Amino acid sequence: MVVSGDAYLHPQLPEIWFGIVLATLTIYVALDGFDFGIGMWYATRDEEHDREQFLAAFGPVWDANEVWLVAFGTTLLGAFPSAYANLLSRHYLLAIAAVMALLLRGVAPELREQREDAAWRRTCDRLFVAGSTLSPLLLGTLVGSWTFGTGTLSLPAVLTGVVVIALSLTSGAAYLAAKTDGSLRWELARYGQLATGAYLASVVVLLAVVLALDPRGIASELLSIVPLSIVVASVGLAIVGVALARSGRHRSWFASTLGLGGLLGSLVAVVLYPSVYPATGLTVAAASVSPVALNLLTVLGVPVLLLVLGYFVYLYSVFGGTVDAEGYGE
Amino acid sequence: MTDPTPALTAIEAAAALPSFLSPELASRMQFGWTISVHILFASLSIGLAPFIVYFTWKDVRTGAEQYARLREFWVGIFAVGFVMGTVTGIPMSFQFGTNFPRFAEVSGELIGGPLAFEAKMAFFLEAVFLGVLLFGRERVSDRQYVLSSVLVGVGAWLSGFWILVVNAWMQTPRGYEMVQRNGQQVAQLTDPAAAFLNPRFPWMYVHMMNAAVIAVSLAVAGVAAFFLWRQRDSAAWGTALKLAVAILLVSAPFQAVHGDAYARHVEDTQPQKFAAMEAHYDTGQADLHLIAIPKEPDALTDPRAENLWTVSVPGVGSYLASGGDFDAEILGLNEYEENPPVAIVFWAFRFMVGLGFLFIGLALWGGLLAVRGRLTDSDRYLQAMMLASPLGFAAMLTGWYVTEIGRQPWVVQGVLRTEDAVSTSLGSAEATATLLGFVVLYCLLLAAFLYVCKLLVEAELARVEGREGDGAADGSVWSRVPILGSVAGGERE
Repeated sequence: MVVSGDAYLHPQLPEIWFGIVLATLTIYVALDGFDFGIGMWYATRDEEHDREQFLAAFGPVWDANEVWLVAFGTTLLGAFPSAYANLLSRHYLLAIAAVMALLLRGVAPELREQREDAAWRRTCDRLFVAGSTLSPLLLGTLVGSWTFGTGTLSLPAVLTGVVVIALSLTSGAAYLAAKTDGSLRWELARYGQLATGAYLASVVVLLAVVLALDPRGIASELLSIVPLSIVVASVGLAIVGVALARSGRHRSWFASTLGLGGLLGSLVAVVLYPSVYPATGLTVAAASVSPVALNLLTVLGVPVLLLVLGYFVYLYSVFGGTVDAEGYGE
Repeated sequence: MTDPTPALTAIEAAAALPSFLSPELASRMQFGWTISVHILFASLSIGLAPFIVYFTWKDVRTGAEQYARLREFWVGIFAVGFVMGTVTGIPMSFQFGTNFPRFAEVSGELIGGPLAFEAKMAFFLEAVFLGVLLFGRERVSDRQYVLSSVLVGVGAWLSGFWILVVNAWMQTPRGYEMVQRNGQQVAQLTDPAAAFLNPRFPWMYVHMMNAAVIAVSLAVAGVAAFFLWRQRDSAAWGTALKLAVAILLVSAPFQAVHGDAYARHVEDTQPQKFAAMEAHYDTGQADLHLIAIPKEPDALTDPRAENLWTVSVPGVGSYLASGGDFDAEILGLNEYEENPPVAIVFWAFRFMVGLGFLFIGLALWGGLLAVRGRLTDSDRYLQAMMLASPLGFAAMLTGWYVTEIGRQPWVVQGVLRTEDAVSTSLGSAEATATLLGFVVLYCLLLAAFLYVCKLLVEAELARVEGREGDGAADGSVWSRVPILGSVAGGERE
């Protein structure tokens, strides 16, 4: 095996893996985020036909999207075991509640189609909407508590959950607009513009609260050039997204919402670094596994991760185009 | 005048109740329960994948209607099982951190890598190409479609590979050294080949994959037996029963022969677990208890030679464990300060082995009937196979109880004790509450899964009884599969 035990393959390998860990989390939030968005906008549909159409858009991709969460958790464990252990054991009820919400979100639509009777379907629909709303809220709160080092029920943590909900609403509307047609598409585009505004507003409120409370003295860090340019880029991209939504270029609009997710993820990375778990003061360098383990993770894991990105391109190209209530058609 | 603090006293009273489990016990029960449910779905994927590849390949190649139907039916079951597997698998990947953070910290370097490889190499492969397999029949070429079914299968088998790399390391840890990091003793990876291709791994992988194949073959045979029992001339289900019996004829005897050699390896590497499997207390020659029956109720909770009626062969325990020496000394449980719960390990082992022999018997019976050309005619055989359909999963679960409970009090043999792995910040109330939550939720999930299976079987039964062989393509079982129904277009008929 071409893995040496003496030194990291690259002197900054722990930093690179810190980036990979946050990239997997970001991809998860961006991709499953639009699934959550579909689940939340689902609550606005009364027509059976529209609901079937939403579920058809969600069907072939949600499970693969959700695997990014497992990739995030296991990569964090593999590269920074003590950060994984602290993050989850210190947020016991929150983490368990989040996985239970995800469970509802995954199972409810599966069960829904089993029976025709209205009461059964109404119950399943409610569980689906509840799971799709609670999942981003709880996962976002977990990430907020981790990033700002404030503990679960702090204002910055809960606001991070709200930010993730707003982002999910934005990308969900964009995905649905790209997948539907007719008046439904334009209705979703309108919802999506409102959600974009809500997203920017929630980010601004979150940042204002963090600046005011100044947990672990990060206010000055936030006011430096990199985080500020990320915020400015987010505003710019959001405006571009709204313009694309208005001009009917909904696929490009959806792509821009993935970009918003990427910017949010990089903001989290910038705020965290050089710490990997601020509440314990654990730094990336100190928490990283040994050179042998990290080199192995690199040699085996990175090529596979690139291959996985290839699978996703394939999956989304097979299921490109629009859906109707019957699915993707021929 | 009422008590001024009724609420407070109620809380105090509740806290004093013994109904809250200790965080350690609740965490162990929670992990044990959630993994028990999850592994049913994981092994369903592993065992069913080869069947689906075969049916898909035959369908695409021959165009024969019976293969299309078998594929559709089993892909329907696979799809629902896979969703259940995903949603029950996500809590697994987080519980190392929520409940056993010391385990994550101490062995993160050794277990984190393989778990990450499982997600990246296996889980993604399975999830992405299952999407194509379920929804893409009309959207990709035949070749890509067959390839998708193969990749889903490869994903399931690779997933088992990496999970068992982790578990094998927990049984026979190798390739690490204990070092001080951030003020804690942790295991540092020194030799990846020794750690991950560890001596236990090949035993486990072969035994578990074969167990999944046996469990699913029994389930396929049981379902086929049901349809044949209702409609003797169903060509599709006759083919399915024949195929399942043929696979059982190879896999069931193989499991017994392989399991015997595996037990010898366990004696070599985990003598304490082996002693618990045989309730062997005094170091010395070990007899083989072929059959053990409790003489008194005590034997159920504390099996020992004196409270059991056994059919035993003197010295054969030693002979088998040592590979040829009747007088070989086998370490007894009395040598250890703390032992695993012997009764559970002893009886679980016997339950598994007993079922294993039952499966061999069922396979041979089926083989005999097939040779005489009467496989689908025997009412008794069809009924027996229906009854046996869940037993492969039961044998697989009890086998895992032997492996995991037999390793106690260690979570990583000789490295970390389970009680030291549990979160110190976890309270009894929290741990008990989430345990209860998982028990309720997973029971509902299992009920929902069985309910969906029942609907799929009913839909297929209508076809088997009504339109068998007339080539009707409508009313496919797809229409009864959630989500798929709406997508595959069979819903609004």
